[in-house]
Amino acid sequence: MALRSTDILTQTPQGLYCPLGDFHIDPVRPVKRALITHGHSDHARSGHRSVMATRETLRIMGVRYGEDFADSTQEAILQESIRIGDVTVQFTPAGHVLGSAQITIEAGGTRVVVSGDYKRAEDPTCLPYEVVPCDVFITEATFGLPVFRHPNTRAEVRKLIDSVALFPERAHIVGAYALGKAQRVMALLREEGYDQPIHLHGAMERLTELYKSEGIPLGETPKVVAAERSKLAGAIVICPPSSIQDLWSRRFPDPVTCFASGWMRVRARARQKGVELPLVISDHSDWDDLCRTIQETGAGEVWVTHGQEDALVHWCTTHGIKARPLHMLGYGDEGEAEEASAAPADAGGNA
Amino acid sequence: MNRFAALLDRLGYEPRRNAKLRLLVDYFRHTPDPDRGYALAAMTGALMFKEAKPGLIRGLVEERTDPELFRMSYHYVGDLAETVALIWPAPGHESVAPADGTPTIGHNNPPPHVPTLTEVIETLATTSKSDLPARVAGWMDALDETGRWALIKLITRELRVGVSARLAKTAVAQLGGIEPDEVELVWHGLEAPYEDLFAWVEGRGEKPESGNPAPFRPSMLSHPLEDEDFAKLEASEFLAEWKWDGIRLQAAAGRGSDGRPVRRIYSRTGEDVSRAFPDLVEALDFEGAIDGELLIVRDGRVQTFNVLQQRLNRKAVTPKLIAEFPAHLRVYDILFEGEEDLRALPFAERRRRLEALVAKLDDPRIDLSPMVPFETWEDLAAARTDPASVGAGLDADAIEGCMIKRASSPYLPGRPKGYWYKWKRDPYLVDAVMMYGQRGHGKRSSFYSDYTFGVWREGLSGEELVPVGKAYHGFTDEELVKLDRYVRNHTVKRFGPVREVEYGKEKGLVLEVAFEGLQRSTRHKSGVAMRFPRINRIRWDKPAAEADRIETLEKILERGEQEVHPLKDQEA
Repeated sequence: MALRSTDILTQTPQGLYCPLGDFHIDPVRPVKRALITHGHSDHARSGHRSVMATRETLRIMGVRYGEDFADSTQEAILQESIRIGDVTVQFTPAGHVLGSAQITIEAGGTRVVVSGDYKRAEDPTCLPYEVVPCDVFITEATFGLPVFRHPNTRAEVRKLIDSVALFPERAHIVGAYALGKAQRVMALLREEGYDQPIHLHGAMERLTELYKSEGIPLGETPKVVAAERSKLAGAIVICPPSSIQDLWSRRFPDPVTCFASGWMRVRARARQKGVELPLVISDHSDWDDLCRTIQETGAGEVWVTHGQEDALVHWCTTHGIKARPLHMLGYGDEGEAEEASAAPADAGGNA
Repeated sequence: MNRFAALLDRLGYEPRRNAKLRLLVDYFRHTPDPDRGYALAAMTGALMFKEAKPGLIRGLVEERTDPELFRMSYHYVGDLAETVALIWPAPGHESVAPADGTPTIGHNNPPPHVPTLTEVIETLATTSKSDLPARVAGWMDALDETGRWALIKLITRELRVGVSARLAKTAVAQLGGIEPDEVELVWHGLEAPYEDLFAWVEGRGEKPESGNPAPFRPSMLSHPLEDEDFAKLEASEFLAEWKWDGIRLQAAAGRGSDGRPVRRIYSRTGEDVSRAFPDLVEALDFEGAIDGELLIVRDGRVQTFNVLQQRLNRKAVTPKLIAEFPAHLRVYDILFEGEEDLRALPFAERRRRLEALVAKLDDPRIDLSPMVPFETWEDLAAARTDPASVGAGLDADAIEGCMIKRASSPYLPGRPKGYWYKWKRDPYLVDAVMMYGQRGHGKRSSFYSDYTFGVWREGLSGEELVPVGKAYHGFTDEELVKLDRYVRNHTVKRFGPVREVEYGKEKGLVLEVAFEGLQRSTRHKSGVAMRFPRINRIRWDKPAAEADRIETLEKILERGEQEVHPLKDQEA
């Protein structure tokens, strides 16, 4: 007889837990053994005894928390099944950021997929999402409302390039999450033919170097030096979202405040942040892709971890799929967690 | 249409008035007639579509979306036009229709065609009710998110991009380098698409006839008075009046080209509200423009704002309504007498002219707002605390403080510094416990910014909190972030956009709530309704058990009722 899905995966205060394999996935508190889907700080936290993740995710955690962030680490090879306790585990690309993976757990003929955060749209900086057929699909719902339909990313990047051409006397300050979004914007700018240096806030530097060392071409990306800020008319500067309203950004020549985020689809969100040029670029699935993905996995049951759970659960129910919200706390409540983890401006001093 | 949509989009993101003005001037300069004229009409609220109503849009989107998903989306986005624009399943999108197989795209619609603004406006104005849905749906399919958003804003006639009629007219004036007031003066004789107006300001045509012998002139507004201001202000240079708890109006009267009297009543933003007050229009037997407060006066007694609201809330102005709620204008300034512009005169001088005019009018529906005599600020403070003691008599409960005006002040448009001050009565304060948080709308959508709060009472099963009101302002942006976080971290239940938070004797957040008055209410569980409640302070330090009790509110209520009905006891 097939196992019940709750025998394979349950919810604990630490996060999702697999009793048969005795491990947690993306736990929000320190645990003995953690499997990590991707490097964003709300999913990959420090303090676990042992961590298993893709090579890239382990590197990202090393950059963020120091090389000794866990007593032991284990590299997950994509598409390779391994046995942990009484279950089989496999990592598959999730298309979210560099190194991001879905985690499949299989036991007694039942297959559960924890997708982590994922997207289906093109991204030159990471491997594309792969559908894993399963019985239970565990999904996020960050943009789980039908008002979120992300537009073509290249058109959004061209908006930025056009604005730079229109206002050559102004600096364009682009707020973007330090891991993933920033590098994706840079890579897309390059693919759209922008060949000027892209200037980086100090908090962007190390992760961008990591992306480059993984063979992702991002071109020339000098760090902004405090004294040079006033000379950056006509430049594109990328910084953490929290810095776009800082004094830091006011020192640039007549800055145009831009923000690359799926939230920019909603005007009020852009206005709350004082954004003048919203760029709707998201590393999460939009509504159509969430629905399509659920259908493609063929799952008969869906658990929704965080985001707009109610709407996605409602959609599943009206489409004959059993679904329940997990109301998990600790994962980027509406996308703010990653922002809060951003390093201070001009990391490396006021030189 | 795309150009107009792009303009609205940029205006919406632009907080600076001057930058908005630049965008508008630029649009008017580079957009041909008649598109720009219709854009101007849209921004000045001059458009009226008989058949195209918000309900039309609702109907169309309901056919195409799951109602539950639409409701959740609307609560999240906080703006109906934007929700519809984003959720609209245009061709090419994957279907998000309910699983019952309802088709998502009307197959009889005309093929997608991006319309011009003129085409949209003219079609909306002339198409019959039965043909309209298909036309609008066809446009919605053809337009992108921004275009759909702009189209819905046109149909609902609520642009909400931070452009007042005044600002749009100012942009037209700037286009030709003339004063905004010149545009204002010819405005009432004009009609969309204003080709004659643009021709005139661009120096290609004659000045249009001023069709309005009773135009609106921008109102002069006051600043709130802060305690520290008194040290800087010399009492002998000022005059004081009561601040009436009514509605600010401007009454203008003149003669049309046919010699017949033209009488109009404007709100303080220049909206013509004459139709709502035929009884008052009738009384405007003068030529000029006067400034005052709309009140309801029964048997020589000014009624409270609550009573005034009962007249304002009615759509149809019937003889019965007029008899029950007689409109009254209590005047405090004069801008024009006949053709003579008095606005440059000192306030004290204008006041004499006003007194003479009111005496000549001799109509019970129009009277003077009396001066409040004082020598020192302490005198005035005493009068403000107890208006009845200095001659306000039975009208005292319609007074919400004092107006302090520099005797030498000219009448200037807008809110100039240093001339007029309002010194409002202190609000009532009560410590209440937060019970629910709700997502805000507009700029605050997705923040939990509306808070329902309660006070203690003896319930059937012991002490309980009973909700007494809801407030959504009074706090700073930083405090909003903290309150939002508090709601998220202390949620015990969720009902759509509303979250219930933890509250009880041992836990809960105390909010010091300020409000202007109380009313009995059968709609509220507690039996009371607050007027203008706002969060005065967040009492992070105060235990919930020490919050106020319903008896505190009952006492305020009883006191208020005695003030409002001083004769009740004698009659009984």
